[in-house]
Amino acid sequence: MNTALQWRRHLLDQLARGLGLCATALGLLLLVWILWVTLSRGASALGPRLFTQITAHAEQGGLANAIVGSLIMNLLALAMCAPVGVAAGAYLSEYADRTRLGTVLRFVNDILLSAPSIVLGLFVYVVVVLPMSRLSGGSVSFSGLAGAIALALIGLPVIVRSTDEMLRLLPSTLREATLALGIPQWKLVVHVLLRAASSGIATGVLLALARLAGETAPLLFSAFGNNFMSIDPLDKMASLPVTIYQYTNAPDPRLHTIAWAGALLITLAVLALSLLTRLIVHRHAIRHD
Amino acid sequence: MPAHATAHALASGSDRSRADGQAAAGSHAAQQRSRRDARHDAWFRLALQGCALLVLASLLGAALSTLWGGRQILLHDTMGFLTSSQWNPVTGQYGALAPVFGTLVTSCIALLLAAPVSFGIAFFLTEIAPAWLRGPVAGAIELLASIPSIIYGMWGLFVFVPFMASIEPTLSNTLGRLPVVGTLFQGPPLGLGLLTAGVVLAVMIVPFITAIMREAFQSVPLRLKESAHALGSTSWEVVWNIVLPYTRQAVVGGLFLGLGRALGETMAVTFVLGNSYAIGYSLLMPGTTISSAIANEFNEAVGNHRSALIALGFLLFVVTFVVLLCARLMLRQLAKHGDAR
Repeated sequence: MNTALQWRRHLLDQLARGLGLCATALGLLLLVWILWVTLSRGASALGPRLFTQITAHAEQGGLANAIVGSLIMNLLALAMCAPVGVAAGAYLSEYADRTRLGTVLRFVNDILLSAPSIVLGLFVYVVVVLPMSRLSGGSVSFSGLAGAIALALIGLPVIVRSTDEMLRLLPSTLREATLALGIPQWKLVVHVLLRAASSGIATGVLLALARLAGETAPLLFSAFGNNFMSIDPLDKMASLPVTIYQYTNAPDPRLHTIAWAGALLITLAVLALSLLTRLIVHRHAIRHD
Repeated sequence: MPAHATAHALASGSDRSRADGQAAAGSHAAQQRSRRDARHDAWFRLALQGCALLVLASLLGAALSTLWGGRQILLHDTMGFLTSSQWNPVTGQYGALAPVFGTLVTSCIALLLAAPVSFGIAFFLTEIAPAWLRGPVAGAIELLASIPSIIYGMWGLFVFVPFMASIEPTLSNTLGRLPVVGTLFQGPPLGLGLLTAGVVLAVMIVPFITAIMREAFQSVPLRLKESAHALGSTSWEVVWNIVLPYTRQAVVGGLFLGLGRALGETMAVTFVLGNSYAIGYSLLMPGTTISSAIANEFNEAVGNHRSALIALGFLLFVVTFVVLLCARLMLRQLAKHGDAR
């Protein structure tokens, strides 16, 4: 009787372990599957023409204007959300920690972190694109700037959260020692704390960039897309994800191949960014030990 | 010399300024400097506060702007919008029921599939795997979260849809024969449809749920687990009877977080859903979600049609907001444990 019970418990344990292993194997298998498909299908369209031809001549197989547009909008978005995000993170950690406003803002930031990006795209459409259309008179004026603002809204909570967390990790003795020297608090924040947490904050900014690089939905109604090379932020601007979206929806299989090449570029960029952040975190962790 | 200036000079410990005739000038400078510092501090604080309030403003802005953009539909025909399943821009009928139905069904499928898998992975990573394997495997699962949703969409359309089309006849012939749930699995083997979208969404949210479950499982005090092991519990019994009850709230919060992600996801489902405004019993039939309807139609829509799509966006925002609010409230417990550690 006793041995039967033990045997049953042992069996259940082994079954659960087996299922846990299977679940993990399934997760890893899906990762490898998706990466392999992207790599193998994208590599066939990879070539110098990808970077020299524009999408207006789709049969040439180029994505040059989409790549340039993506770079411009991502960097513009980062230029907008990084300073604001770092400042907001510093406020949460240094001024509003354990206050009611701070609690509410952290909560709101966490919600914004996983809010649907398509709604943020609609927000930018209503608040930026429509007023700009009214200014320019009539025609709907999608613009790279609107796209960058939409992306900045997505990157903002990522940077706020990582800055907040990184600053809170710093020892309070650092703050006490600095303030005891009679140094004003703003100098403490700018010259001591932000500098001490700089690698952690840089990690947050890179993570935000990795998140932005693949965002499609918010760009559909803000930057729209452009088949020609455009570096004017007030004009419609092409981007890699939106071009991939259009090419994937197109019936022509040649366009699908180019879309896979674009997907490969984005995936490589995202993977490189996440590896870079891990390297920074790793180096940081070792230096602290 | 004002008393507080002397006090300041004393406090700053500057003997030189106290000793000679420069005392007054020195303390005056110190006083000016401390005033300037206080002013700069106040400005600096205000600037940071402004930036922090921008976070709140963008969330409120997203809600109010979609409400404003969809006012023609939302405010004038609220009941029709919320209860009608007819969506026809030609005749000017805009009922949100079909996209809402599709959003809920695909997200629920995703959650049902992702929850056990995430639990399995978290179980493996915290109890079974040898220590050297935990970091790399957890990192690889996290990598799944960093893949952009458009890549999931392409993989879904070009690789997973043909795969589903090849197994759907088998599904219909086996599960489809069952008495009650059978109708769910009957339909044309298109590959596209609610089930496929749900599976792709599940793959997308597994890393998020896994990360939170793993963090929660790690927050369980070691002595609890060791006591249970010492009493002769197996690993499974420790997880099922000790770890899971202890972390229940955080686990449910993680599931809600995953649900919130699934509800708002656009690109991964748009390609594989088939885009039809139909409500039916079969999971193999094409459908639509709020986000995919917006993505597909927005740039061709004008007037009331565009307003209706923005109203759909508002609806999506409200639903995800409520779900994420619940998730975060439940996850606060985890954060407190994290602070206590």
